[in-house]
Amino acid sequence: MNLDAKIPDGPMAEKWDNHRFAMKLVNPANKRKYKVIVVGTGLAGASAAATMAELGYNVENYCYQDSARRAHSIAAQGGINAAKNYQNDGDSIYRLFYDTVKGGDFRSREANVYRLAQVSNAIIDQCVAQGVPFAREYGGQLANRSFGGAQVSRTFYARGQTGQQLLLGAYSALMRQVAAGTVKLVPRSEMLDLVVIDGRARGIIVRDMVTGRIYPAFGDAVVLATGGYGNVFYLSTNAMGCNVTAAYRAYKRGAGFANPCYMQIHPTCIPVTGDHQSKLTLMSESLRNDGRVWVPKAVGDKRAPNDIPEAERDYYLERRYPSFGNLVPRDVASRAAKQVCDEGRGVGATGLAVYLDFADAIKRLGRSAIEQRYGNLFHMYHKITDEDPYTMPMRIFPAVHYTMGGLWVDYNLMSTIPGLHVLGEANFSDHGANRLGASALMQGLADGYFVIPYTIGHYFGSNTFDPIDGEHPAFQEAAQAAGSRLQKLLDVKGSRSVDSFHRDLGHIMWTHCGMSRKREGLETALKEIPKLREEFWRDVRVPGSGDQLNVSLEKAGRVADFLEFSEIVVRDALAREESCGGHFREEHQTPEGEAKRDDENFSHVAVWEYKGDNEEPVMHKEQLTFDLVKPSVRSYK
Amino acid sequence: MHLTLHVWRQKSANDKGRLVQYEVDNISSDMSFLEMLDVFNESLIAKGEEPVAFDHDCREGICGACSLVINGIPHGPDEGTTVCQLHMRRFKDGDTIYIEPWRAKAFPVIRDLIVDRTAFDRIQQAGGFITINTGGAPDANALPIAKTEADLAMDAAACIGCGACVAACPNASAMLFVGAKVSQFLHLPQGHPERARRVKAMVEQMDAEGFGNCTNHYECMAACPKEIDVRVIAELNLEFMKAKISGRE
Repeated sequence: MNLDAKIPDGPMAEKWDNHRFAMKLVNPANKRKYKVIVVGTGLAGASAAATMAELGYNVENYCYQDSARRAHSIAAQGGINAAKNYQNDGDSIYRLFYDTVKGGDFRSREANVYRLAQVSNAIIDQCVAQGVPFAREYGGQLANRSFGGAQVSRTFYARGQTGQQLLLGAYSALMRQVAAGTVKLVPRSEMLDLVVIDGRARGIIVRDMVTGRIYPAFGDAVVLATGGYGNVFYLSTNAMGCNVTAAYRAYKRGAGFANPCYMQIHPTCIPVTGDHQSKLTLMSESLRNDGRVWVPKAVGDKRAPNDIPEAERDYYLERRYPSFGNLVPRDVASRAAKQVCDEGRGVGATGLAVYLDFADAIKRLGRSAIEQRYGNLFHMYHKITDEDPYTMPMRIFPAVHYTMGGLWVDYNLMSTIPGLHVLGEANFSDHGANRLGASALMQGLADGYFVIPYTIGHYFGSNTFDPIDGEHPAFQEAAQAAGSRLQKLLDVKGSRSVDSFHRDLGHIMWTHCGMSRKREGLETALKEIPKLREEFWRDVRVPGSGDQLNVSLEKAGRVADFLEFSEIVVRDALAREESCGGHFREEHQTPEGEAKRDDENFSHVAVWEYKGDNEEPVMHKEQLTFDLVKPSVRSYK
Repeated sequence: MHLTLHVWRQKSANDKGRLVQYEVDNISSDMSFLEMLDVFNESLIAKGEEPVAFDHDCREGICGACSLVINGIPHGPDEGTTVCQLHMRRFKDGDTIYIEPWRAKAFPVIRDLIVDRTAFDRIQQAGGFITINTGGAPDANALPIAKTEADLAMDAAACIGCGACVAACPNASAMLFVGAKVSQFLHLPQGHPERARRVKAMVEQMDAEGFGNCTNHYECMAACPKEIDVRVIAELNLEFMKAKISGRE
């Protein structure tokens, strides 16, 4: 497996500029001769599809939702980072780059992160020009807020709906291109496979989710912007439909899968209430700007929160991390919450929660100021829990939120399969082992608006393409195989629903490969997953037929892939004998319980190669080098 | 708790469809309405029947996918709430609940409770955007925008495109939805160059899709999970009139 990251030469600050000059261009008149298949319409997919269409390429854009506007980027709440330094508090491209590399626990690629910081400012400009209604100060200038892992205020936001507003901006750009006839948008359609011809990605196999028709979509390059795989845990903050199928199918066709064990457990989610629970709801990290996290000092203190006097409360984040306090990065905050709950100091009926308290902020700023900042979040919390966070502290607990791992890509965002490009959360490149808050939106839009439109031209300009169409045997075979796999699922006619298997898989993953992991548990998971998979294919019940809208069948295909993919996640967690970012191995911690990294042996990207259904995957390494930021113990004390 | 459900079942767009009565048990008051449907669907699958199809995705009230009429009210009895954020504590043991899809000519049923809302996308395509290619945008702070104006734009932009306004309106009008987009761009200077063209094109598309007109029932505002104010309809009307009178493109 060739893992040449193709990092351009030259000083860090000039690499992207140099590269943009060195890359081949496609003559404007020739651009319309190329067709790009884009899968996904979230921030990365919609921005990429719209921008490539503006440049003149033919674009086909697929999504499983009924409208492109509903992709899960829409749910991002808190904000988007940029190095504008509008607050004059010492921010710069270098500082955003530095914070991101450090926040990622020195497991990301410096050159990619630097480029991300460089283009961050243009994203804000672009979004404002599209009519994104960011929050503003009375003087009419853009407002900023602080986020975890940073000591400057660089996060732009639109109330608690930043993802929604940015996505609607990208969606409006996409709609404009659909009207212009340059993008063919196909909602309610699911990618079932990737088609590789002569070593290059040339298209995908699609299922029309309304009619059940399975058909080829072909072109000259494929762009996956299909999001993360957090739903391998069943319960996560992801939307119900989020899945790994597109990325996993690409992996089975030869794309390397990088760092699958890196996933982010978000510290501020509404705790689980029962078995019926279908998803976990995030409360934006921005709440930690004004909320104080605490648990009772005494084990088993069951008094109501407002009855516990100040002196008997443990504001453990402020105590342990005085310089960052409640704004430590997500991995640190999540682990600390788990630790106090493990000690028996957790709150609520299950003991699996901590308080996030706004009483001080309300006293200091007044209720209306808090309402201004977080009104919709408080409203949502109230709806779900039936408790009023203005008078009672919120109860929160960590939940699976984001996956830093993803398909391996080089500097051009191309996977190990030529022509297959991967953007946004679906790739692995920028966040290392932990993503900082408000950086996912930044990365999705950076990839889509400002990276892929250039690098795809370089790919086209550097290669010649034989004309193909859907009649090519490779498409016919893949479509056939996808169809018979679905038929096989329908034919099992067993006794258990798809959801029941998904829930069991989630339980295995959360227990053994969740917030903290150890060899023994991971090895248990490696035994349990194949057993569950075998039972799935023997006993799953998928009612209905394949030639109709069939929700059970859609889920069955996705869960079947999760049941295979989960094994690589566990293998990767097992192979990474260190703790870094979101990956915490109990064997590797300091006496104070902080993560212990091993730079000597694990300063690499772990890239997994598929070797066959009954073979173990093979791990390859891309060594990481740090020219600017010297890896150090990540301290937020 | 125990509930009696009357659920709209329809195999496909061409099928006639009907309400079917079901009994469902073991519902906890902590469940969301959609989790209740999950539990109900599991019981159907256990009996070998096909589950009820309904649109849903984020389950946190922002994607706009969920779209059920519950006891005659789009998104159910709670104000400012999508179905996915409606909880069973709102209902009592022994209740009878009617669950239907959005009903409007422009939103044909695809299956059971799922309707086709692509008409909304086509209205957006007609003019719901600011014409600006990627790259070349001026500095984001180059153009100050009064906070009050930005807030009005954001109030309108909060629309999640779910279609409850259409389902609630006796005329199946989409004017709250269209008004929200027009209003967002009306309160931002970036939207001004195209304002006449935009409003005319969006209204024309809205009419072509078969949505009705506003006759001031305000049912849309009452049903809107984001509580978009009908002032956006007034703004839409005013903008439309100005555009027509001025003859501007």
